[in-house]
Amino acid sequence: MASSKSRTSSFSRNFSAASSPQTPGLKLGPNGSSFISSGIPDLDKILGGGFSLGSLVMVMEDADAPHHMLLLRNFMSQGLVHNQPLLYASPSKDPRGFMGTLPSPGSSKDEKSSKRESDQEKGLRIAWQYKKYDENQHNFDSHRDGRQEFSNDFDLRKPLDRQFLSGKQIDCVSTQDSSNLVALHNRCATFLSQFPRSNSTVPIVGRLAVQSLCSPQCGYSSMEWDMLSFVRSLKGMVRSSNAVAVVTFPSTLLSPSISKRWQHMADTLLSVKAIPDEDKELATLLTGYQDMVGLLNVHKVARINTQVPAILEATTYSIKLQRRRFLVLECLNQAPIDGTSGSSYGTSGGCSSSSKAGNLDF
Amino acid sequence: MEHGASPNLLDEAMGLLAGQVVLLEDSVEISASFVLHHLLKRSLSPQSSNVVVFLAFNHPFSHYDRILRKLGCNLVAQRDNNRFFFFDMLMLECPDGDREKTSGGGLIALYGKIQKVISALPQERKNSVIIMIDDVSLMEVAAKGSTNLVIDFLHYCDTLTSELGCSLVVLNHEDIYSSTERPSLILQMEYLAAVVIKAGPLATGLAADVHGQLTVLNRGIYDCQGSRYKSSNFHFKVRENSVEYFYPGSRT
Repeated sequence: MASSKSRTSSFSRNFSAASSPQTPGLKLGPNGSSFISSGIPDLDKILGGGFSLGSLVMVMEDADAPHHMLLLRNFMSQGLVHNQPLLYASPSKDPRGFMGTLPSPGSSKDEKSSKRESDQEKGLRIAWQYKKYDENQHNFDSHRDGRQEFSNDFDLRKPLDRQFLSGKQIDCVSTQDSSNLVALHNRCATFLSQFPRSNSTVPIVGRLAVQSLCSPQCGYSSMEWDMLSFVRSLKGMVRSSNAVAVVTFPSTLLSPSISKRWQHMADTLLSVKAIPDEDKELATLLTGYQDMVGLLNVHKVARINTQVPAILEATTYSIKLQRRRFLVLECLNQAPIDGTSGSSYGTSGGCSSSSKAGNLDF
Repeated sequence: MEHGASPNLLDEAMGLLAGQVVLLEDSVEISASFVLHHLLKRSLSPQSSNVVVFLAFNHPFSHYDRILRKLGCNLVAQRDNNRFFFFDMLMLECPDGDREKTSGGGLIALYGKIQKVISALPQERKNSVIIMIDDVSLMEVAAKGSTNLVIDFLHYCDTLTSELGCSLVVLNHEDIYSSTERPSLILQMEYLAAVVIKAGPLATGLAADVHGQLTVLNRGIYDCQGSRYKSSNFHFKVRENSVEYFYPGSRT
């Protein structure tokens, strides 16, 4: 029986997986999984490597702020920079126009490394840190060619080069006024069929981005079970392809029960929330409040081929724009308690000159 | 259960799996799929004579195969030995409305296939079949929201438990139903089940050492005073190769 069938012992190794690091946009992960970058280096770290290939990432939108667009833009740009074909569906009349707002890779480390160069020239080299000076040279060179990195820092103020947008790799679909999901389903199926899972050495990876799937602008938005059916079908198709799908949806527009069903279908579930401007209470509670654009919550992390849950250090992160250009995610830090605001330590100073004549006046 | 290995808290609370309906409940925060994997491994162990029919709506075969391998169970070999029957339901779509009854598609056809598999088994195995469903909420989506079709299907499977002594292990997400006005599906399942295992988060939040808590309600066993069904509660930590179960605060 054993000779005619493939090896079924639990010790068989899958050698084909080892050769995929040839593609810079793909990273091997545990349990036979691979990662692609979300386009936000901090988010990749939080999720333990990036978005798992074959997973469905869902983002719950906040009606008050378009932060989910930040995630979508970086996700899409990262794919284009790595030559990964893209299918983008949105409820706008002209989804193609959105491509003009995609950010370009920049380097948030540019300033630091050039500063180090000038320090070096001053001739002060610390004897046991020669390695540091060697590494600087390497870093500076690799930043020139952002394509070779797994994950780029995207400069939200600089639009993506035309060369990335002109290829045939981008497909756009408008879901506005669609009376049902059949057309979208077929486009997704055709797109995903280009990335079958096989044991070939260099897998082509695809990215699928669906914006505001249950938005009221779409004609099908009242067909609850059809939408669920679509998401389930999409999840199944993505699972058997070398692709990642990111679907954002305004969860508050769904009934709580249906919203939970959507959440359960996600492999990775994130939500974004707006931070009110000039909220004095929040300002006293959190450090760096002024720089915060919003909050990101990680509810679920994809568990493909494993049963061990992902235990994160924190589930809520603040979204900040570093130098107003680069998206960073930081853990929330509680601000130190302000001792001077209380009345017990009055500003009037020492015992002898206290203006308040208390009972216990020493 | 394995001869010689000390039973863990979950096995003790559940008792033997024989001709019963077991309901696993979980939520977005904490998944109970590790309990399903544990029961699958237990049922396919060399000491037991069970046959497992697995209806997978959630993950493909490769996912379960990798996980069970780490737990020490080879699903491919069990499949080849006709002890493990895997139905990949990821893309199952039930036909609409009235056509369901006449065209034979969807859940009725599925039940027919299960019956066929069971009747083809050798006589001594017919009474020790375990049907596992991962998970029922996706079955509802496949049935386009016709909860009645799903309830009917579960009732059909339940008749197998009474006629043939088969067991039914079903996973569902209770947080989907907690906000509905008439949570009929989950209530019916809780009623049918002899054992209800609910996985939930700790009241104190996330922890690296304790992943959550399990509450097991076993209607087959009365508690010490004999006045009500036995209910157990304990914590768990999930690893690749095993799961640890321990009473709160007793982890060394």
